[in-house]
Amino acid sequence: MKRDCLGILVLITSIVLTACTAGQSQQTPPPSTYIQNKGSDTIVNLALAWAEEYQSLHPEVRISVTGGGSGTGITAMISGTVDIANASRQIKDEEMQAALANGIEPVEHVVARDAIAVIVHPQNPVDHLTIDQISLIYQGVINNWREVGGEDRPIVRLSRETNSGTHVYFLEEVIRKGEKGNKAIFSADTLLLPSSEGIIAEVSDNPNAIGYDGLGYVTEHVKVLAIGTQPEEPFVFPSIETVNSGAYPISRDLYMYTRRDAPPLVNEYLEWIISPEAQQIVTRLGFVPIIQSSAGK
Amino acid sequence: MKAQRAALNERIINSLIKLAGYSSIVFVGLILIFLVREGLPALNDVSLKDLFGSRWYPIEGYFGILPLISGSLLVTVGAILIAIPLGIGTAVFLSEFSPSWLRNLLKPIIEVLAGLPSVVLGFLGIQIVAPFFRRFLDLPTGLTAFTGAVLLALISLPTIVSIAEDALNTVPPAYRQGALALGATNWQTAWGVTVPAARSGLLTALMLGIGRSIGETMAVMMVTGNAPVLPSGLNALFLPARTMTATIASEMGEVATGSPHYHVLFFIGIILFLISLVVNLTASSLSLRSRKRAERLLS
Repeated sequence: MKRDCLGILVLITSIVLTACTAGQSQQTPPPSTYIQNKGSDTIVNLALAWAEEYQSLHPEVRISVTGGGSGTGITAMISGTVDIANASRQIKDEEMQAALANGIEPVEHVVARDAIAVIVHPQNPVDHLTIDQISLIYQGVINNWREVGGEDRPIVRLSRETNSGTHVYFLEEVIRKGEKGNKAIFSADTLLLPSSEGIIAEVSDNPNAIGYDGLGYVTEHVKVLAIGTQPEEPFVFPSIETVNSGAYPISRDLYMYTRRDAPPLVNEYLEWIISPEAQQIVTRLGFVPIIQSSAGK
Repeated sequence: MKAQRAALNERIINSLIKLAGYSSIVFVGLILIFLVREGLPALNDVSLKDLFGSRWYPIEGYFGILPLISGSLLVTVGAILIAIPLGIGTAVFLSEFSPSWLRNLLKPIIEVLAGLPSVVLGFLGIQIVAPFFRRFLDLPTGLTAFTGAVLLALISLPTIVSIAEDALNTVPPAYRQGALALGATNWQTAWGVTVPAARSGLLTALMLGIGRSIGETMAVMMVTGNAPVLPSGLNALFLPARTMTATIASEMGEVATGSPHYHVLFFIGIILFLISLVVNLTASSLSLRSRKRAERLLS
């Protein structure tokens, strides 16, 4: 009986050991070419999807993708430890100076765009709002739809959780209207929902609700609002065209930065990323492709 | 030779079982040490006044945990208020009134309810319960503390029912027979004799139900709206609320290790640990008292 126990123990240990060595041996055949990709958490899923697809098309290339934030990625690119930096903002002047001082000339590539749609219940008569109105609604100053031309209903504010990049972007660009010193924050009674699906579900059911989400997540069960920067200017609906032309105000470009003298392999990868084929992955992940929709099809 | 091997086996198995028994103490101890090590620095990072402030917005440095504590209490108390009559009622019915074939049908069904993953109940809450309460009670939104309380009551119900029913079953049959012989009706017997006799067991059931519901995360996170509002009155039950567990679950993934936010989240963990410790200690002291009383009766 004791021998049985021992046997089982040996068996378990050997399984664990083989599992470990199997994990290691996968990495041992050295890939002929290796691309390091690091940066923005907003883009990390997109970058991963691209990397997976590209590796299946070109098995000889290996791409490693890590997050950490736009600043982390750009810093790593400047110090030469990664080939491509992902960023959801443009490179800053001081980062550019640091890079040039280090003998690296950064090259900017717009790889996708990110637009945020403001959504309400399909039966809500309100169909457009200005950035100022949305900011006041989310700060808790405007509390009834009547104040923005709607029915006499309380406004229920919905938002993603604070760990979402979209939450931070909405805070900075809509609630604070992109102003540096503006310290306005979300009203405390804003509902913080853990998922995009939760926001869509509540907005499609509740005529009091207002929410926001990445354009790619929006379904036909909710109504997308047209957004204006000034009351007298035309209100713009988000679409691939208006985002690409810059007419829709709540959108941003997503970037990848490389060095001017990057190996041809890296440049080939970036060329592939802006190809219609790779931009289809952009649409699938809820971002806006940089190519017009007609070209994407 | 054979006897020697048997003795050896015995010793090995004994020590393995002993190890298993002690390991749970070790695990709880290690968890506590870990919580304290990661959570207490919060007191250094954030002043007590800010920590017990009324605004929770960690990405801008607002670390007031009062709305979270009150949110958890609101949802848990609501759940218990719903679960007490339902749970104790079901237990009394099962042990005192129902024919045995019905009991044999109901008990497994209640146990299935216990095995239902809370995320499934959460789905149900988002899709059906919350919209229903919004229309039925004419609320601005159905994602409220009350919706969370209803789901939590459902989750803690199986715990309460099965422990309460066990407690009622341990009441000696002579009690019931005596009451019936004196001419009491079934209801008078149950309400006047059996339930009071099983009182401490029923309280234990409730305490464990509270423990089950204060630690529940997923269902609550999906239906309470997670707005960190400090309750201003009783109507807060019908407004969105944010619980401690939901806060930890949704924010832990993205927080930078060692930042004030990280330490404060662990500090909330300490508070949760203390609350469930108090609840469990109360429950076990209650059941200990009942055992002593039973021993006294028997002697």
